Amino acid sequence: MTGELSEELVQITDLTITYSPGGSPPVRASDHARLEIHRGEVIGVLGESGSGKSTLASALLRLLPSYARCESGSVMFRGRNLLKLREPELRKVRGKELSLISQDPALSLNPVMRVGDQIAEVVRAHMTVSGSERKQHVEELLRAVGFDQPQQICSAYPYQLSGGQRQRVAIAQAIACRPVLVIADEPTSKLDAPLQAGILALLSEIRRRDGTAFLVISHDPTIFPGFADRIVVMYAGRVVEEGKTEDIFRRPLHPYTQALVRLSERYFLNAGASRMRFPVIAGEAPDLTRIDVGCRFEPRCPERMQVCKNCDPRELTPEPFRRVSCFKYGN
Amino acid sequence: MGTDGCIARNSLPFLRVCGLTKNYVRRSGIWRTRISVGAVRGVDFEITAGNTLALVGSSGSGKSTVARCVTGLERADAGQIWVGGTDISRLGNRALRRFRSEIQMIFQDAVTSMNPRFAAAQIIEEPLLIQGRGSKEERRRRARELMSEVGLSPDSADRSVMEFSGGQRQRLAIARALALQPKLLVLDEALSGLDLSTEAQITNLLLELQAAHSLTYLFISHDLPLVARLADRIAVISAGRIVEQGPTPQVISSPNHPKTKALVGSATTFQKTYADMLGVSR
Repeated sequence: MTGELSEELVQITDLTITYSPGGSPPVRASDHARLEIHRGEVIGVLGESGSGKSTLASALLRLLPSYARCESGSVMFRGRNLLKLREPELRKVRGKELSLISQDPALSLNPVMRVGDQIAEVVRAHMTVSGSERKQHVEELLRAVGFDQPQQICSAYPYQLSGGQRQRVAIAQAIACRPVLVIADEPTSKLDAPLQAGILALLSEIRRRDGTAFLVISHDPTIFPGFADRIVVMYAGRVVEEGKTEDIFRRPLHPYTQALVRLSERYFLNAGASRMRFPVIAGEAPDLTRIDVGCRFEPRCPERMQVCKNCDPRELTPEPFRRVSCFKYGN
Repeated sequence: MGTDGCIARNSLPFLRVCGLTKNYVRRSGIWRTRISVGAVRGVDFEITAGNTLALVGSSGSGKSTVARCVTGLERADAGQIWVGGTDISRLGNRALRRFRSEIQMIFQDAVTSMNPRFAAAQIIEEPLLIQGRGSKEERRRRARELMSEVGLSPDSADRSVMEFSGGQRQRLAIARALALQPKLLVLDEALSGLDLSTEAQITNLLLELQAAHSLTYLFISHDLPLVARLADRIAVISAGRIVEQGPTPQVISSPNHPKTKALVGSATTFQKTYADMLGVSR
């Protein structure tokens, strides 16, 4: 938890990554980003498409596309710079100490392989156990993610499972080797509301039981209350604000965070709000191929000043466990 | 707005669906035996002209099949689909063509419903071309008009679809759907997958367009809080049947069917956690 001195697992510093697929003008997907993750912590990364949140996750797993270029920075994981690690060493980390739950398990699971074998594959790669122990371990994992009859699930193919069940299988696979950190990229966005709550409760339980840290990426702010300890807000490749979850929601500091929190009230079930216009953030996110100075949110910001256009805002620490990049709070 | 019990002349249903049934055939097992899977079974509903009906259900409930039957993309196995005084489920392809321009559909993933080699204007002009409306210049002018109506700059008319952002493509899809001046828009999860700020902008656009053109909407979604803000009436669909329907405030404040209760329940549980966090009591 934030505030307590727990072991630092990840330290991302000054990470700048550009994409230029097929020689197109480079897009700065991550712009001097900084992020720390401590043992047993749930961190939410909140941002819209193109904000760089998935780039952070890909950098952590070193699964960046071939057209990505790392311009600066480091990704330290328990004392090792993942960006410098060689492939055989990296393979020992991935899946064992660090794993991924992707948005769509329908795509990440092998369609022609039984679910039990897919989970066993991860175990075989990283642990030296006998076949029968492995089988038992897989069944325990499936039970841990909420399946009452793990034997049945083991022999099923992914297509025979529902979306919610598949996501549970993907979670079992991710926690198979008891990693210290799991990265979950939009783990609930393909699921219906009742299923969403179940998956979030499961992740919380795994954290409580095994002390696993989670980095949860989402464009939906409403999954974080009661789930994440800290939230990092990203906009156009930059971290614009970070704070404890309750502070982000109760007292958002950055004008972008303030607008997002207002927008998320649309999830309230209001019987009398029929045909009522939604509050909006006018305009669109900037074109990241045109990199220039100034706050990225300036064109859409209701509180913009002259300085916002001409200078990059510095990161400020207006209170403990909080950072914000906005000229409103000083220079 | 259509208040129940109001018998005004203009509150006649624009669309009336009676006993709609659609089965899909699947082959299963080692003998590849034909199994009939009931996607939609005896669905009834109607929408008053200028109103919005939300069809709410989880994935696999049959809601998209209803949309595909209403728009004529699929033929119903049984039941009627009345548009004005005509049952379009009985019409041949040629006769159906006229009704296709009255009913337009907007899909969830706009880009997969567009030719990636087309420029924005071509996307909008295509339905006009198919229906043989106007000259080349008139079609081009109409495309530019529609672009500005949905909040896109007409200057980007010649840009490729692939250069547009997700929100802009959804605006483009709306412009294309409006090109033939339809009366009914079927929106199949048209807002899901969009960012929160884009979703808010597109929702407002839909509300504005509805007011400006007295459009009738059939809004298909799994997102109850969202449809509660858009729809006049809600119909809940589960396993191919409509299990509950009524005016929005009634369905939300006193749900009857277990499925509706579950949907309302999960939305309000979430709302409570969220409100606790914000420190407001609601």
